[in-house]
Amino acid sequence: MSNYKVLVSKLGLDGHDRGAKVVARALKDAGFDVIYTGIRQTPEQVVEAAIQEDVDVIGVSILSGAHIHHVSRLMKLLRERGLNVPVVVGGTIPIPDVPRLKQMGVREVFLPGSSLKEIINVVRRLAEEKRRAEQQA
Amino acid sequence: MQSSKPREAYLNSLIERAVGGDRAALGKLLTVLERPSRDSGIVLRTLVKKSGRAHVVGVTGIPGSGKSTLISKLISVYRSWGLRVGVLAVDPTSPLSRGALMADRLRMQRHATDPNVFIRSIASKGFRGGLSLAALAMIEALDAAGYDKIIVETVGVGQAEVDIMHAAHTIVVVTMPGAGDDIQALKAGVMEIGDIYVVNKSDKPEADQLLEFINFALETGEIGSGEKWRPLVVKTSAIMGTGVEELAKVIEKHLEHLVRTGRFEEKVESRRLMLARLFALRIVEEKVEKIIEAHKREVSRILGESDDPYTVLEALIEKGLREL
Ligand SMILES: Nc1nc2c(ncn2[C@@H]2O[C@H](COP(=O)(O)OP(=O)(O)OP(=O)(O)O)[C@@H](O)[C@H]2O)c(=O)[nH]1
Ligand SMILES: [Mg+2]
Repeated sequence: MSNYKVLVSKLGLDGHDRGAKVVARALKDAGFDVIYTGIRQTPEQVVEAAIQEDVDVIGVSILSGAHIHHVSRLMKLLRERGLNVPVVVGGTIPIPDVPRLKQMGVREVFLPGSSLKEIINVVRRLAEEKRRAEQQA
Repeated sequence: MQSSKPREAYLNSLIERAVGGDRAALGKLLTVLERPSRDSGIVLRTLVKKSGRAHVVGVTGIPGSGKSTLISKLISVYRSWGLRVGVLAVDPTSPLSRGALMADRLRMQRHATDPNVFIRSIASKGFRGGLSLAALAMIEALDAAGYDKIIVETVGVGQAEVDIMHAAHTIVVVTMPGAGDDIQALKAGVMEIGDIYVVNKSDKPEADQLLEFINFALETGEIGSGEKWRPLVVKTSAIMGTGVEELAKVIEKHLEHLVRTGRFEEKVESRRLMLARLFALRIVEEKVEKIIEAHKREVSRILGESDDPYTVLEALIEKGLREL
């Protein structure tokens, strides 16, 4: 079976992508095929890249504080396109906002201090789930 | 495992939707083609009836020479000409690492939301010898889906990459100043069979020197495609955007040459022959692996204990194939 594929993107206007790169690198080392789209991505770009690459999981990192706005747009676009790809979010998210993001359909939120191991495990579980669901369809 | 009727119906609807412009369907179709299987065979059967029109442009050259950046700018030129562009970016990650970190898309991501551009990354491993098979099959899919130009990026070294480049109509070799301008550097992999040579990063000094050097190597016949086509050299700066339109025009010149000489169709035909050949090889390989797995202990002793290991192995495989 081929490797699980993950899209790693930096949503929003700020240009810091150190965290996203570290995660991308760790996922690669854990055996994932990681497609890295870089910084300053719009939700539209993320969704289109996910479609063209047919990824198993979408991981977005947000530091700019506009997470609610960006993520709700991202989730809306995914629904509109009928895409069933699990989304995880990482970054500086205030704890009270975590339930809101999950309500929007985000599968997991990684706050600063999350371990790479934890991220890898969650992404693997979500990717497995998605492939299994696809096989049954 | 036989492809079931509902499975076949699903694959056919996937093709229909992909060809009709549904990008999510095309994304899924490419995934089916990543591995040789009954499914991918059935898909290819339908695709080749619709493909054969696209101009396949292979872009290769030394790592970091600016291939992805250049392709992004080429896409802009093609879009301004009203052409639809598909891109296959083969990632150069070391075969030693389990996963891949693919960053070619990063340089082209501005085109992600253009409905007439489709970009797909391909990890260079995990295909069990089938990287070229996967890439060739994906070319047929993008072609059938109506993309006019299909640009394939590879670093051009390794057998699979060389196979992929041979499937291209036009090979563009990208070089840059300061990366060792000696003949050997230009002879690695497919570098020596370019139809077009690009001196990228011409915003840097020494670009003219490299240009002169490549022209010299072409004149002396050290490099060149060996076809009835004198390779052309173009100076670009992908970052500044200079020379890219000229490069696009030179690529058109080569296309005209191919069409005029009948080589365009010939290359489509030889690309399909190679695809079928790789498919067949993969089938045989899978069977041989099964046979060896079933006779592991016997096989491990053959080299040490048999008088004629070649003949014994051959007999073992032939017998195994009959029994499979
Ligand atoms: N100065 C200068 N830098 C360039 C030019 N084109 C690309 N670069 C830079 O060269 C680096 C590599 O560019 P890429 O487009 O990723 O090169 P590539 O050949 O696709 O690289 P690989 O796919 O990793 O082999 C990046 O930092 C680019 O910004 C150019 O024309 N001039
Ligand atoms: Mg590249």
